[in-house]
Amino acid sequence: MAASEGRLAENILYFARALRAAGIPVGPGAVLDALEALSVAHVGTRDDFYWTLHAVFVKRHEHTGLFDQAFRIFFRKRGYIEKMIASMLPETMPGEHKAPPPGAQRIQEALFSGLNEREQAKSDVEIDARLTVSDQELLRKKDFAQMTAAEIAAAKDAIARLALPLDEVRTRRLAPSRHGHLIDIRRTLRASMKAGGAVIDLKYLGPRVKEPPIVALLDISGSMSEYTRLFLHFLHAVTDARKRVTTFLFGTRLTNVTRAIRQRDPDEALAACSANVADWSGGTRIASSLHVFNKQWARRVLGQGAVVLLITDGLERDADDTLAFEIDRLHRSCKRLIWLNPLLRFQAFEARAKGVQTILPHVDELRPIHNLESMKELVRALSGAPAKGYNPKDLLRQVA
Amino acid sequence: MTDKTLPSSIDSTLDLLAKADYIADRSLATVLYLALRMGRPMFVEGEAGVGKTEIAKVLATTLGRRLIRLQCYEGLDVSAAVYEWNYGAQMIAIRLAEAEGEGDRARIEHDVFSDRFLIKRPLLQALEPDPAGPPVLLIDEIDRTDEAFEAFLLEVLADFQITVPELGTVKAAHPPIVVVTSNRTREVHDALKRRCLYHWVGYPNAERELKILRAKVPGIAKKLSEQVVAFVQALRKEDLFKSPGVAETLDWASALTELDVVALDPATVSDTLGVLLKYQDDITRLDGTKVKALLDEVRSELRAAE
Repeated sequence: MAASEGRLAENILYFARALRAAGIPVGPGAVLDALEALSVAHVGTRDDFYWTLHAVFVKRHEHTGLFDQAFRIFFRKRGYIEKMIASMLPETMPGEHKAPPPGAQRIQEALFSGLNEREQAKSDVEIDARLTVSDQELLRKKDFAQMTAAEIAAAKDAIARLALPLDEVRTRRLAPSRHGHLIDIRRTLRASMKAGGAVIDLKYLGPRVKEPPIVALLDISGSMSEYTRLFLHFLHAVTDARKRVTTFLFGTRLTNVTRAIRQRDPDEALAACSANVADWSGGTRIASSLHVFNKQWARRVLGQGAVVLLITDGLERDADDTLAFEIDRLHRSCKRLIWLNPLLRFQAFEARAKGVQTILPHVDELRPIHNLESMKELVRALSGAPAKGYNPKDLLRQVA
Repeated sequence: MTDKTLPSSIDSTLDLLAKADYIADRSLATVLYLALRMGRPMFVEGEAGVGKTEIAKVLATTLGRRLIRLQCYEGLDVSAAVYEWNYGAQMIAIRLAEAEGEGDRARIEHDVFSDRFLIKRPLLQALEPDPAGPPVLLIDEIDRTDEAFEAFLLEVLADFQITVPELGTVKAAHPPIVVVTSNRTREVHDALKRRCLYHWVGYPNAERELKILRAKVPGIAKKLSEQVVAFVQALRKEDLFKSPGVAETLDWASALTELDVVALDPATVSDTLGVLLKYQDDITRLDGTKVKALLDEVRSELRAAE
């Protein structure tokens, strides 16, 4: 009996490792939970076995698919699960044990081998550039697209050092405050107890403030390729400084890279991003990407007065009603929609392109983002009220 | 004592739920059974209107336990969720002590912060012993509150204990049955989910939805119920912003029975579409011709099945 239990534990352990390799975060605690669950569940069929493990190992709806795949591959051998189930029953006779199932080790190797390949994509060489003051001045104004590798490295450093905004929204939660207007009776009473209840010194509560979430939608199509890497550095810096930042990349498809970008080291974060995204530097389908965002993500990430940064040049080939519809929906579901367009660097930029014309009426603000200076301004803008001079309607009026 | 009423297998869990007209699929019953056996909280996620909250209610009625509900909202804090002191009574007690010439400050403090002046809110109530057995604690729509409250729940859900600074730690002798629900309007932190058994409640398939419909709307005609379910199932395949949930199906079915409809026709569907779809964009997308096409599809499907 003890031996068969050991084998079950081993197999669950291997399965947990396979899940981890497949990208489902499974801690050692979950393995213990799984063993406990199997022992209390009196599993009788393959389905029960599946759902028992599912209940313990899967903590996110997105992982159901991965779990299903891993389960199928891992327990592919016919009759294997039945054997496992039999091994859990107390009446199993000892002496029936065979050698460990050959499948387990092989599948484990198969699942693990993919991992090493992904890790080999290493970041490029870091160039250490020390610049004089005038160089720095130059750097701030220089378009990202015209920078050399060394300058880009310096720009990355500067981005990492950007002081990040302290944008705040009032929440409905209360916090002790000297200037609040609600009496905090709990603290008041505690304070008056100190004086034996003779003096009642009123304490107050005021609304607590908190940073609103930021959601960035970054276009990674071919026309934006010179900017995307630096924007990602920018987003990495923002993610590092603030808690609630969600980042999506889109070209022809929408990819959520928030988890990847949360890694401490920017280059590792970028490498993890690139590993996740299939359509790097391809075409753009803004409308369909926004549609996917609106449908699958908007309700999950746009709560609590979120600010959306839409980073794209707006050059959409098939700009039609769907684009207008989707951008309108996006606008309606967030607190503030800021469009960052690197094309605005050109003095003579006009809203002639169809895509630009479609998007413009629906954004709260349109800003350039092509050099460090404009990035700094954006950071400033994020911390305050919408600035003048970036009203998208001005541009529309110019064209009309 | 308590174990007698708890189901002893996955099948009996299914039966238990069915007794209260909750038609669950086997995966849900498995998770529920495990949660009951292992004494772990159950974290249920899913679209609105698929019967997440109902699970807790059904559990409470079938097991004969008390249902304690904590509806989450932004700004939910300890004084609304856990405990609050009865300040008025405390003030009076202090004054009385003074009038009686009680000068010992530590004594007053000890008396004032005692059980007598404690107002228990849902979480603390759930930890108290109950003659009917541990209560069912429903923490509803946890995604509506903020991260700070989640962090607080960690202590409650992991050890079933709460620390009241003035009184000490309150620990449940028998842990309550905890059901946490979320509509996924924001991601709940992994640390909280890790302590729970997770389950995603999806839309039911046609067969199960039909069973649910017949259990919940007993007076409905056989033909109408089949058509309603087939239509809603077809609707869920459309590219809608918000697909109708089971709750909408039930509402629609009872609306149709109220209107004495015996079979669906395009005009009735268009008139009552507001019961199923709650977004204007979705309603405009489903214009007369689209409804007719869907209905024809549903009818031919049902005819083929006969």
